[in-house]
Amino acid sequence: MTGSDKVDVAIIGGGTAGCAAALELRRRGLSVALFERRTVGSQASGVNYGGVRQQGRDPAELPLSRRSRPIWDRLPALVGHDCEFMATGHLKLAYTPEQMAELEAWSAMAAEQGVETRLMGANALAEAYPGLITNAYGGSLCPTDGQANPRLVAPAFARAARRAGAAIHEHEAVTGATRDAAGFRIETERGTRILAQSLINVAGAWADHVARWFGEFAPIQVLAPNMLVSEPVPYRLPVNIGVCGAGLYVRQIPRGNLIFGGGKGWADREAIRARPLVEVSCQASAQLARTLPWAANAAVIRSWTGIEGYFDDDIPVIGLSETTPGLVHAFGFSGHGFQLGPAIGEIVSELVVEGKTTTPIDAFSIRRFARAGHQAA
Amino acid sequence: MPERIIIVGAGPAGTRAARILAEAGLATVLLDEAAGNGGQIYRRQPPGFRRPYAALYGTEAGKAERLHAALDGFGGLIDHRTDTLVWSLDGRRLMLNTAGRADSLDFDRLILATGAMDRVIPLPGWTLPGVFALGGAQVALKHQACAVGAKTCFVGSSPLLPYVAYQYARAGAGVAGVVDTTPRSAKLGALPDLLAVPGVTARGLTYMAWLARHGIRYWHGATPLRVEGGEHVTALVFRTAGGAERRIDCDAVALGYGLKCEHQLADLAGCAFRFDSPTRQWVVAQDDAGRTSVDGLYVAGDGALIRGADAAELAGERAALALLADLGRPVDAARVAQIGRHLARIDRQRRGMDKAFAYPNHLAQSLADDVILCRCEAVTVGEVRRAVTEQGADDINRAKAFCRVGMGRCQGRVCGPAAADVVAAALGRPIEAAGRLRGQAPVKPVPVAVLAQAELGETQSA
Repeated sequence: MTGSDKVDVAIIGGGTAGCAAALELRRRGLSVALFERRTVGSQASGVNYGGVRQQGRDPAELPLSRRSRPIWDRLPALVGHDCEFMATGHLKLAYTPEQMAELEAWSAMAAEQGVETRLMGANALAEAYPGLITNAYGGSLCPTDGQANPRLVAPAFARAARRAGAAIHEHEAVTGATRDAAGFRIETERGTRILAQSLINVAGAWADHVARWFGEFAPIQVLAPNMLVSEPVPYRLPVNIGVCGAGLYVRQIPRGNLIFGGGKGWADREAIRARPLVEVSCQASAQLARTLPWAANAAVIRSWTGIEGYFDDDIPVIGLSETTPGLVHAFGFSGHGFQLGPAIGEIVSELVVEGKTTTPIDAFSIRRFARAGHQAA
Repeated sequence: MPERIIIVGAGPAGTRAARILAEAGLATVLLDEAAGNGGQIYRRQPPGFRRPYAALYGTEAGKAERLHAALDGFGGLIDHRTDTLVWSLDGRRLMLNTAGRADSLDFDRLILATGAMDRVIPLPGWTLPGVFALGGAQVALKHQACAVGAKTCFVGSSPLLPYVAYQYARAGAGVAGVVDTTPRSAKLGALPDLLAVPGVTARGLTYMAWLARHGIRYWHGATPLRVEGGEHVTALVFRTAGGAERRIDCDAVALGYGLKCEHQLADLAGCAFRFDSPTRQWVVAQDDAGRTSVDGLYVAGDGALIRGADAAELAGERAALALLADLGRPVDAARVAQIGRHLARIDRQRRGMDKAFAYPNHLAQSLADDVILCRCEAVTVGEVRRAVTEQGADDINRAKAFCRVGMGRCQGRVCGPAAADVVAAALGRPIEAAGRLRGQAPVKPVPVAVLAQAELGETQSA
């Protein structure tokens, strides 16, 4: 794209949320231009663990997560690819009575919101997963949760959006945006100028820059999930596992590879560089060997990371701008946005088209940082 | 405190570097995966094997013997750690796996002399039992006195091709034939450059003449078509330069198209790379002395540039001299100039080698869709092409993310070159535009249990 152009909606950021929004807006008949500085899904959406999980979420996030969950089943029809999604269930393990009490409390809360879990004691675990899990005090299984291949999801949404007529611009960073009476004037590093009626800010770990262009403050920080994968070993682990307290998470795909992580790698968001840290990889391996002793002899073949944005209160910003009509934010998913991405695409589309959404999002308003922003300024 | 100097790789480059630094009175730690120094080229036989140097290394016996002895007498200065894999580099720290024991070492200066491995181009049937890399076939013979087959067919394009066939035949192993993809005319055309180092070229001609004298067929300008066999290799089928299809009965195939640099640690260290057109591969950007873009980090030997064992020794010495100079130590300028002249001659001869044994990238680009490209992940050529044409992958790393090519146990060390050519062809762009597979730790697989140990271990200082 060169010169000047007009669209109904411009989207900054090619993660799953942005690509899903592009597809949804096209389905609603709006013209869309999405700008991604690298390739779609190359940061948080593409480098994460691949957990498709409702379990353990902040109560405020659960409605988003519930809304997203059925979309994962519909991916083949929606985007033409299953993205290797499998509803394997998610099992959270407790090692102390206190941790078990937390799982029980969450389970009761989730049940009120319609998410069913099965609480299991040590005996039930041993019966359900013989020889797999040792020393756990108990656990909570959310059978409707699962896992998917993160590398495939945002690109699949992007291809579907393209087929539906969206303009998806990769390797084209947005360098600035302003709003006047005519709409949002957006400029890219390639000199593209575009006029959009609405603007969606789904720029992940860089979204606070976009917010600042419109006088809004979001104290985003950078997180790099430290991920590892083993060589294929016989398929034994039929469920996605999280460990209370330790921060370890592990799943096995049917081809046999164990995918696991925990802790944070190194990231520099200005240089757009990130790498796993050896020390953290070793810690995660030690946790894996303690949690699943049978996995200790598997050889690790690769480690990786990427850049995610997070907030101290561990929930994202989602909602209409407080300063600028037509601007919608959704970013800072704090390390657990992968499962939410497809629903976020729908929600931001509703916000653009209708100015509201059927899913409760009040807790995620950027307003919650306004006071801190004044102090920072 | 003196600077901590580590050398990774105890082949010709690493051994010579350690020796030079020791002669200057500097202590080094020398790390290598093998049980003794020598690298692949001068690989030692296992304990208890008693073949003489002449039988193991032929015309190079003297060099091998000298190199093996090069560390003797410097035990106090050279801390040679054998059976040690350096599996990652994090800032100025190396992570080690010494026969299942985790350790780490911090360094101030590092010489990477990590060597090379075979470059292969897949063909139909290449995953059958009985197909070996050419260098692997040679190592089996050199190291353990084993042949990979009773009747081996040698296929590819490499100076090693006639040499290993000769070694096999001399050792009494059956050689079914040599199928070389480079035309005879290209070899003749390369002669002026090859004669820059007449000794090496004469040796190569001797091997070819010896094979001819002993009735071993050598086809130039051939096109390998497929390896045949049910549960094991039974034949190699190829097209001759004249266009006829030929079938050679054999029970093993040794396949090799030259070597590729092993430079994953330099990649993890953040070294700049450049594309080397003559050898059609990415190499670490370096100055004449092996200094990289990362301060205090040097490369030498075939891991830096593919130019053989003699050059590796010289480059190891040159890097060591550069390190000494960078420390402010006196360095013999005449020796530096002499090494430069030697290396220039070898470089000219290598240009001849690159023509005489050209890398036939068109073979990778023209592979049929159903051929397995990535053995580890069982990814076909067609799947890689579709990652580009249907999923929009615009380089090798994106293709890897979409279809798993190069994502398995070997991390693309085997399939990487051919995969890059397939991606480049599918993009309709030059090979360098397909990019370079990013290095990711660990460089080679490391058991979870060893990583777990490393978490508990304390860092030692060199």
